[in-house]
Order: sequence, then structure tokens, then C-alpha cells
Amino acid sequence: MLSVAVAKQLRDFTLSVNLNVPSGVTALLGPSGSGKTTVLRLIAGLLRPDSGTVELDGRVLSGGRAFVPPYRRDIGFVFAEYALFPHLTVAQNVAFGLRARGDAAGARRRRVTDLLERFEMSAFAEQRADELSSGQRQRVALARALAFEPRALLLDEPLSALDPRTRVRVRAELRGLLAALTIPVLLVTHDEADREAFSERVLHLAAGRIGPGNGTSLVQDGV
Amino acid sequence: MIRGAIAVASALLVAFIVLPLAGLVLHVEPRAYLAALSTVSARNALRLSLLTTTLALGLTIAFGTPLAYALARGRFPGRRVVDAIVDLPIVVPPAVAGLALLLVFGRNGTLAPVLRALGIQLSFTTAAVVMAQVFVASPFYVRAARGGFTTSDRTLEDASATLGMGPLRTFALVTVPLAAPALVGGIVLSWARALGEFGATIMFAGNLSGVSQTMPLAVYLDLEGGDVAGATALAVTLVAISLAVVIAVRAPARD
Repeated sequence: MLSVAVAKQLRDFTLSVNLNVPSGVTALLGPSGSGKTTVLRLIAGLLRPDSGTVELDGRVLSGGRAFVPPYRRDIGFVFAEYALFPHLTVAQNVAFGLRARGDAAGARRRRVTDLLERFEMSAFAEQRADELSSGQRQRVALARALAFEPRALLLDEPLSALDPRTRVRVRAELRGLLAALTIPVLLVTHDEADREAFSERVLHLAAGRIGPGNGTSLVQDGV
Repeated sequence: MIRGAIAVASALLVAFIVLPLAGLVLHVEPRAYLAALSTVSARNALRLSLLTTTLALGLTIAFGTPLAYALARGRFPGRRVVDAIVDLPIVVPPAVAGLALLLVFGRNGTLAPVLRALGIQLSFTTAAVVMAQVFVASPFYVRAARGGFTTSDRTLEDASATLGMGPLRTFALVTVPLAAPALVGGIVLSWARALGEFGATIMFAGNLSGVSQTMPLAVYLDLEGGDVAGATALAVTLVAISLAVVIAVRAPARD
């Protein structure tokens, strides 16, 4: 269970978020500029909240004086433009988190081979990330974020970098891949069509007004 | 008419650059060239230039990389002032730089009491050569590195962090490789500038064979002493290195 109750002053309004993400996929829907990406960055530790707590499986990640840096949070993150390392191959990208964790070369290779097979990217293992189509990039980004066995997964607009036709196919694919996960998954999107696909649980984020306690808040529905 | 004028002006300036350098190379006869390079003073100059520029480059990278990173990423008061200070040695005449170094680090300089208490003498030593080179050449590296760090994608560093890499490893495995073309360009330019350094060196380090007489200083001394062949041989060697540097710096820019 991922529990988030944080506030952050943004330029135009105060973002205040209160949500619980159990195992399975939760979609966070909201127009652009409503602070969706900021919510993910706060959870991942890429941004410090002004106040409040983030807890994952009972472990306090931020709250009070405590602030666990992003590299010790065990939270996978799929960025909007995928953020694959352009100077590394597909296999090296997927292995990156395993390298950080200190896995031996052999174990690393086995795990990468498994993941690439599962994501149907084996044929591209030695290619540079920037030689891939955007659908392929997305799969590599997902494989990379899952490789080190994170305790939660965050996805920032995972379909927005795709052209409309690819999007339909990849959405179905992504749904299947995410359905197999047994960790809390929080997926951010502005696309109503994603609500259909990931309707297991949908949260809405709406930009609110400036001021403490009166800012953006999450309204939970469809649970 | 205008096109013709442009062509003539361009041709004249290019010829003006090429002719002296070509003349220098044509002036050399292979056997005399090798003989001139094998004299004790020429070998000393070559060795000293190699040693001092390597040390200067090492110091420039060690201190310049954090500085460039701070300038590119940091939000601290006075950042713009520091930025301007870094560029200053590029426009300060080398002789002025040499005089300034002498007035601060020299035997009767501002820091002389401190240096004397520590038993350190800097002016007219090999260390002084390295200091002069770092002073005039480090800005070329810092500028290039700053540019590289400014333009690289921050999201990739965030991605590295979420994958479990701490800040130092992220810097080594993501930030540096992504800025590598800029860093290499800066290294090459900075090294070339250090290799050609003359004015600050002769003011602050003197012109002693084996101690402070680098290649450009040896060229000057050979010519003063009437040894045109010796001066030419060293000069041609420097031109060859410069040419290699220009080609190396331009190579990645082609694609």
C-alpha cells in the first residue's frame, strides 16, 4: 500500500494530495497543469513536499524530518518521454537498476534476458535506445523500471508520446503487462480513453485555487 | 562585383594565414629537423612541455569540473560574477597574467610571507609554469564543460536516481558520458592553449632549460641565440600538434 498525504506550494496554486494506492493499477486523471506529474515526483522523492507524509508498505519515505532520497525508495518510474539513456544499449538500460543494486554480472544478464523476452524486445538488446520506435521505447522504459523489483511503480503519461494509432495497441499491451503486477501502480494521464482501459480505480485531479487547505485536492471515485 | 570583392578579401586573409605556416614547414629539411630536435635543450623543452601541460590539464579537470557543474546547475548568489571571473583570463593579456602571478606568488609578492613560512618557492620553478598554464588555459575547459552540463537532459539524471543510483554514480555514469563531447572539446582546447603558453610563463617562471623552458620559450631563445634551425624545428612540431588539435576539435562537429 502506498499512502500519500502531502502538500506542495506550486507557482499558481497549492497542491494538496491525499490518496491511498493499493496493489493493482490506479489511474490518476486530470487536465494538463493540474499537478499530476508533481504528484509522481513527490512520491518518487524527486521533489520535497512542504508538509505531509509518503509511506510505502509502512515505511516512511517522507514525513517530519525524514526524507528518503529517490535512489533509496525502491519506486520504479516510467517518465513521459521514457528518459532512456541514449549512450547505452537497450540491455544496458534495463540492467541499470540492477547495476545500482550491485547484482553480479551473471545474475544481471539472466534477469535482463528474461525481461527482454517478456517484453518482446530480445531482438533489440544490443541496439541504442534512440534507434527504437516510441512504442518499443515505452516497453524498454517499463522493463527498466521493473527490473530491480520495485515496491511500487509510477507512470507519467505513458501513452502521450505515441501517435494515435500506436496508442490504441500499446494501451492494450500496457494494460496486460500492468495487470500482472502485484505492487501499487499509479498511472497519470490526461486522456479520457485511458480511463476505460485502466478503470480498475480512477482518481481525479483538478487544479484548485491558491491558498492553504483550499488548493488542489483529489476526489476519489469509481472505487 | 561584390562577389569578386568577397572572394579576393577571403583569399587574401586565408593566404596570409597559410603562407607563413607553409613557409615554416617548407623551411625544414628532415635530417636537420631531427638533429635540431635531439639537442639537449630541445629534448628538455619537449619533455617539460609534455609534463607541465599534463599536470595543468589534470588540475584543470580536477578543479574545473566541479566549478563548471556548479555554474551550470547551481543557484547561488554571485553565480554570474563567478561566471564572468572564469572567463577573465581569456581576455587578459598573458604578460599581464604573468605579472599578476608574480606580484602575488613571487619572492616578494603578497603571499611571500606565507609561502616562506611553509618553505615553498613558486616563482621561477616548474610549478610556476604549471600555474601560469592553469591560469590562462583552464577557462577554455570550464566554459566547454559548463555548456555541456547546461544542455544535458536533467530527466535522465532523475531516471538514474529512481533506478537506485546515488548522486556520485549518476554523475559518473550519466552526466559525464552525456556531456562527453563538450568535455573532450574543452580538454583539447585547454591543453592546446597551455602548450602554446608563453607570456605568463616567461614573466612568472623565467626561461631556464629543464626547469621552466617550455617549447614556445625554447623557440624564442633559439631565435634570440641565432639558432634558426632549432627554433624552426620546435615551431614546426608545435604547428603539427596545433593542426592535429584543430582537426580533433572539428571532427565531432561534422555530423
